[in-house]
Formats: sequence, C-alpha cells, structure tokens
Amino acid sequence: MAEITLKSLAHTYLADPTSSEDYAIREMDHVWHQGGAYALLGPSGCGKSTLLNIISGLLEPSSGEVLFDGELVNDMPPEARNIAQVFQFPVVYDTMTVYDNLAFPLRNVKTPEARVHERVMEVADVLELTAQLKRKAKNLTADEKQKVSMGRGLVRDDVAAILFDEPLTVIDPQLKWKLRRKLKEIHQRFGVTMIYVTHDQLEASTFADKIAVMYEGQIVQFGTPRELFEEPRHTFVGYFIGSPGMNFLDVVMSDGRVMSGDAELVVGQHICDAVAHADSSNIKLGIRPEFIEVHPEPIEGGMEARVDYAQDLGTFSIVHLMLGNVVLKARIAEDQATPSSKAWLRFPDDRLGLYIDEYRVESGHE
Amino acid sequence: MRNILPTTPEAVRDRAAAANNRRRRRARSASTQWRRRGLVGIYVIFLMLPIYWLLNMSFQSNNEILSALTLWPQDFTAEHYVKIFTTSNWYMGYVNSISYVLMNMLISIVVALPAAYAFSRYKFIGDKHLFFWLLTNLMAPPAVFLLPYFQLYYTVGLFDTHFSVALAHCLFNIPLAVWILEGFMSGVPKEVDEMAFIDGYSFPKFFVKIFVPMISSGIGVTLFFLFMFSWVELLLANTLTATNAQPIASVMTQTKGASGIDWGTLSAAGVLTILPGIVVVYFVRNHIAKGFALGRT
Amino acid sequence: MNKVYNNRAWWLILPMLLLVAFTAIIPLMTVVNYSVQDVFDAHTRFFTGTEWFKQMLNDPALQAALVRQFAFSLTVLAIEVPLGIGIALIMPKKGWQASAMLILVTMPLLIPWNVVGSIWQIFTRGDIGLMGWGLRELGYGYNITANPVDAWATIILMDVWHWTPLIALLCFSGLRSIPDAYYQAARIDRASKWAIFRHIQLPKLTNVLVIGVLLRFMYSFKIYAEPFVLTGGGPGSSTTFLSQSLTTMAIGQQDLGPSAAFSLIYFLIILLVCWVFYTAIMNMQKDDKNKEG
Repeated sequence: MAEITLKSLAHTYLADPTSSEDYAIREMDHVWHQGGAYALLGPSGCGKSTLLNIISGLLEPSSGEVLFDGELVNDMPPEARNIAQVFQFPVVYDTMTVYDNLAFPLRNVKTPEARVHERVMEVADVLELTAQLKRKAKNLTADEKQKVSMGRGLVRDDVAAILFDEPLTVIDPQLKWKLRRKLKEIHQRFGVTMIYVTHDQLEASTFADKIAVMYEGQIVQFGTPRELFEEPRHTFVGYFIGSPGMNFLDVVMSDGRVMSGDAELVVGQHICDAVAHADSSNIKLGIRPEFIEVHPEPIEGGMEARVDYAQDLGTFSIVHLMLGNVVLKARIAEDQATPSSKAWLRFPDDRLGLYIDEYRVESGHE
Repeated sequence: MRNILPTTPEAVRDRAAAANNRRRRRARSASTQWRRRGLVGIYVIFLMLPIYWLLNMSFQSNNEILSALTLWPQDFTAEHYVKIFTTSNWYMGYVNSISYVLMNMLISIVVALPAAYAFSRYKFIGDKHLFFWLLTNLMAPPAVFLLPYFQLYYTVGLFDTHFSVALAHCLFNIPLAVWILEGFMSGVPKEVDEMAFIDGYSFPKFFVKIFVPMISSGIGVTLFFLFMFSWVELLLANTLTATNAQPIASVMTQTKGASGIDWGTLSAAGVLTILPGIVVVYFVRNHIAKGFALGRT
Repeated sequence: MNKVYNNRAWWLILPMLLLVAFTAIIPLMTVVNYSVQDVFDAHTRFFTGTEWFKQMLNDPALQAALVRQFAFSLTVLAIEVPLGIGIALIMPKKGWQASAMLILVTMPLLIPWNVVGSIWQIFTRGDIGLMGWGLRELGYGYNITANPVDAWATIILMDVWHWTPLIALLCFSGLRSIPDAYYQAARIDRASKWAIFRHIQLPKLTNVLVIGVLLRFMYSFKIYAEPFVLTGGGPGSSTTFLSQSLTTMAIGQQDLGPSAAFSLIYFLIILLVCWVFYTAIMNMQKDDKNKEG
C-alpha cells in the first residue's frame, strides 16, 4: 500500500513534440493518498488511460517522476511496482480454470499454496464466482470474464494500488451497479488505494470519495462529487458534471452594465466589479440549471426570458429559455409551475461563478 | 515529500539495495535484448549462407570454382548470366515457368472464389464430404499422378504445353485456394451480403463489386500461396513437358555435361529462380504477417 | 456463422468440381484400374485382384522406404515445430527489421524444390562447398556420398533450412493476433516469460500449429526433388523415400500394376495419418467443452 505522487509528470507519444497539444499528459503534480477511493473522470482521449498506464509502469513517462511512498519508481517495470490493474476489456487466461486464473498472480511470486487457496476463496466469494471456480475461463460470459479480471487484481492483498481502466464497459447496466457496490465494499474491507478511470460521472460519484476530472491532458479539478457539482474550478467541469451541464454566459461590461449578448444581467455588485477589473476578454458567468430561479410572474430584479420549450423528464423538467439571444437551461422540480411562454429569472448570487479564461475566480462573496 | 524519508542506517541500506536491484533488472532486460538479437542473427546467417554460396559461385568462372575455394569471387565474371540470357533454351525456361504459373494462378482463383463463397455461406447436400475430399487432393503425392497424367495429357493432345502444367497444378492449388479463401470469407459478416441484396444488387454484381474488394487481402495471400506452390513444383512440370514448355528447373538438369557439371551456370540459373519469389514477397510483405494465419486464428 | 441451406450453391461449386474431377478423379481412376490388372501392352491385360497390393505390402525394399519415410517425417517435425515457434518468438515485430526479416524468412519457401537440392549440393560438396570444405578442414571426414549418417544429417538440415520458415511464419502470424492487453495483464500479474508463453502465446498458437503440423507432415511425406538432387537416394538406398521409389518403379521400370497399387497404399497412408491427427485434435478440443457439463 502506498501513497502515489506524480511530480511534474508529462507524457507524449510523439518523438519530438512541438506544442502543448502534442502532449497526452501535460505537466502535472498530483498526490493519491494511501487508502483512498478515487475516480479519474474525463471524456475519451483526455489522457486518463495514459495516466493510469504511467502509474502502473506499462508506460514510461516522457518527463517527470512517479513516486510510491516517496520512492522513485520510474525505472521499475509493472511487475516490480506491485500494482494491480484491471483493463477495459476482460483479459482471462483461456486455458486455465477460473480458480487458476485467480491464483495466477499469487503463484507467479511463489505464494504458499495454502495462502493462495485462502485468498482465491475469499475473492471468489466476494465476486460471487465460487460456483464457477472449476470452469475453464474460455467458456465464461463477458461479465464473468471481467469479474475474473478484477479478481486477479483483488487477490493480491499487498498491492500498492488497484487501478481500474473503465472496467465495466462490457457489463450490462444492472450488473454494473451491483459490481460498483461490490468494489466500494471491497475498498472498505481491504482499505487498499483504488483509482477508477471512467467517463461516466455517475459511475465516478458512486464509487469514489474524491474525483479527479481530466481535460486535455490535465487534471482540472480534484474534489468530492459535491465540490465538483457546486463549485466547478473550470468551465469544462461545469459542462461535464451534471445533467444538463452548467450554463455559461459570455459577459462584457458596457456602460457599467453586465451584458451577455443583448441582454442585461442582474448580478451582485462584487461580480460587476470583478468583470470590470478583469484583464481578459474571455469572461463567463456560470450557473447550474438547478440553481436558476424561474418565476411564471414578473418579480423584483427578475430578468424577462422567453420559454422556448420544456422537456418533461418525470420527476423534473428541463426548460429551455431565451434570455435575449442567449440560450439557458433551467431545471424545475415537478411540483413547481412550469411557465408557458414567458418567465422571469433570478441568478442567486451565491450560486453564480465567475470564470476568467475558463478558470473560476473567487468573486469575493464567499 | 522526499525530505521525510527515514535516514536510519537500515532504511538507507534498504533503499540502496532496491536501487541496485533496479539497475540489475534494467541490465538484465538489455542483455536479453542482445541475446534475442544474437539468436536472430545466427538464424539469418543460417538462412542466408547457402544462398550466399550460390551467389558466390554464380559470379565465378568454372576454373576458379574448381581450382580453389574462395569466399568471394576473386575474378568476378557475369559470363554465366550472359550465357543464360543469350541462349534461347535457357531463357525460354523462365518464360515457360512463369507462363504456366500465371495461368494456373488465374484458373485456380477464378474457380475457387465462387466455390469458397458457397462453402462459407451455404449448407448443401454433401458439403462437408466435398470439402474433405478437396483437402485430400492437397495431400496426394504428385508421384502418384505421374503416370496417369502423362497418359491423359498425351491422349488429349496437351502434352508439352503450358496449359497441361497449369491444369496439373490445379490438383493441389484449387483445394488450397478454396481452403484459404473460405477462411477469409467466413470472417466477413453475412449482413454485408444481406444489405447488398436489399440494396438491389444482383449476385454477380455484388460478388465482383462488393465482396471481392472486401477480401482483397485474402485474395492477395491466396495468390501468393498459389504462386509459391506452382513455382516450386518440379516433378509434374518436368513429366508433362518435353521441349516446348520445359520449365527452368528441368532445363537446369542439362548442366550435367560430359565434362562434369557446369557449376557456374547451374548457380546462376539457381539465383535467377530465386528472384521472382523475392519480387512476389516484396509485394505482399505487409500482408504476410497477418495472412499466413490464413484467416484461422 | 449460420449457414443457409441452399442446394443452388452447387452451381457455384460446379466449375471447380469439373476441373478437379479432370485433374484428380480421372487420373485416380486410371491408377485404380491399373492396380488390379496386369498390363502387357495396349490390348493384353489380365485382372489380378489384390495381387499387386499383397506384393507391394510384402516388398522389403518398400517396407524399408516406408520406415525411412516415417523416421524422416517425424524427425523434421520434431525439429521444425519447436524451432519455428522459437524463431517466431524472437522475430522483430516492428519497423524495417520486421519487413526485412519476413522477406528473408519467406525466401527458402519460394525456391523451386530441385533448386533447393542444388543449393545444398553446392553448399555441402567437399571440394567446392563451404560447409563440406569447412567440415573437412575441421578434421571431420564429411562425405554424403559414402556415409549414410552424413547424408541423413544433411538432408534433415536441408529440410530444416527449407521448411522451418513455414512454421515460423504461421506462428508469427498467430502471435500477431494476440491483443496487447494480454501482455499488459501478464506483466501486471508478474508472470514470468515462461508463464506468458505457456498461458498466453501457446494457446493462441494451437490453431496455426495444427495447420503447420498437418502441412509439414504432408509435404515431408511427399518429399522428392530435394533428396533426389542432393543424394540421389544414396548412399545405397539409405535416403530413398517413398516418392522416389514410386517414381523409379513407375517411370523407370514401367511396372504399371505394382506402382499403381503402391500409389494407392501411399496415398491412403497420408490420408489416414492426417485424419487420425486431425480427429484427435478435434476430440481433445471437444473434451474441453464437454467437461464443462
């Protein structure tokens, strides 16, 4: 078990990278603490798997250091790092039985057979594979195979960490949920560091205590699911987390008013000041659809918006609004009245985020 | 982070040992790399040495060959090659061989394509037995067919023609082609066919316009094998021809003269039989790696 | 794949069938015909029944050739299969080295068989051949025209040179179909080189190896041109294999009846061995499945 530290780590697949776009991982520092359950969340191609392979040692980083408990492991091959990794598509040793598959990582380091048996039985029990132990791995279904792949990671109780690379892709939805719970349970039982790569925010937030969101080769935010939702550090996190994603409005100051498109925004004074003093032209205001106040009647300090259409999604509905020429989405609870053609909006100050050059800046009210 | 590393003597010694291990592990992987390269090198030398020797002989005069053993031509001469390219008997041998090989490749692939399609897509009366019987032809020793072929082709007036050899080689090349193509075709999902028929393609048009291009690499691999087995076969080719269609391989037997074997010319002719193969491999080099599994991994 | 039952498929088979019938069935019928007759000339022949078959089966020369043939085939298989796997494992996988190696390895397969014989004849002769000369210089009295052991060793070496590439290429091809994830998982599982070979590579090679062994058995059993050119079957008849015995009998001595009977026996032996081998492999794989229960 170990604390995993990444120091000014960067990686490129190209021989001579010229710009930062050539890097799969842009220079980053990060610490995964011992015993945590982490998720690495991001869209395809953002460098999640690359990062995972660097941690496990399958890839050697172009620059920077990987440290396990303070010891530099850059030169160590995966077999020396004592790390377990589960891949996206199941890898099982076809000719072996399930039992032998699970025992394989232990037998490779000459673990006494009694200990092997004990561990295999324990893991098989957790993964509900006990009935299949004598079967040849070749004849299993895809999700049984993936359970075996996971099991091979879990039998090793002394590993520095277990890495999961979108392990539930091939599993059908019902079982997915169950297996995720299993993993969480295993994490609590064995207390081993787990890093779980996924592009599914739901998967990430049900599994992990803390989520690292990756975007274009960088970790743009590392926090609890709640932090990611309430205070995205980067516009990408806002878009990516939540359904629908956060509303972002490009704003400019004109004649002392905060304008977005042709609409004037009613916002607090500190935001006005922050916008006025920003030295970039890339200024956005962000607000979650959940936090927009939508009133069917005119109210004080409300901005008049046109209702484009509403999507009824059962327990809530998503209202598409036009504020001037700016499109907004708002989420309205089922018991709330849905405005039909016009609505009056308010942006609660404490829910509003100011983003300059895509990164959130503290606007003073907090 | 690094500052908090323990500095007790034991911990320092442990870390030094770990670093040492690491260095040794790296060194070991470098040495296995070199061992691997060394083994590949030895095998390549084993492969190339006999061929090099042939090449060496082909550029020496017969005098030099017989007088002393020299590791490379001391007195470089192309006389044997000149002889081959200026004697009609010799160069026609190449023309003959290449003609019947090409004819055989054409015949085999044309009849094997629809047959392989039938085997890969349909069930029909006797399909399994037919397929097995086809494969048995692959196992038949050519020596078994020598005499009947000789009599058969003599009777129908095909003896000593390119066509006779091309036909005779169909004995093993058609089954081979059907077998290889069937493997590749079975890898193409049936939905492709169904979509095409829904789109209104007739069978021949679908086959030529859609299906054949889809398995083009399989066809390439098949042609490679057809070339190979027709080009290297001698027994039948030699028996079914006399003077008009004599393959190069049997022209080579004429180097045995009254004064012994004409080693130089024999070597030069040998070198020239290797060249077409190299050209063919060069063209399919990117497909060999996958294709050699014949669609059956 | 689910195949459709459709007898019109026969039309697609037909052209091929006619051609193969012409090249295989008609000649084979001639052989069968001869094998049960004694032919004096075009108009005089007698029905002999199984006479020729009995004679052939009891012929000590042919029995000896058959034993030699099996010894040869099994020896080259025992050498070429492991060697071919080994070469496939160490062949470079990427870059120009991979292409160059593929071309070099394929070369022996594309040389006409009698030329293979010639190459080795030139290579091993004591006076002009590098190998023959070299062995004599080293003090070994190497002589393939007088010493049967030398002749055998040389023929086997030649066959290994000629045909190991086939096994190597088949295996190389099979190894290429293993996804990287398997090797990655094995490294994570701390598997040794041997464990990787035993549990990942070898299982993936089973299919191509079955093909390889079948092809190698068939072709080694049919071998003719290479030893004929290299040793002419000698010294004595120590390297005379079945095809050469048959050719001598059929063409050289024009013994139509006996050689036809011999042909059929020869053909049947190859069929039988291939069938037994194939069925055994299939049953093994089926057993694996049945054990599941």
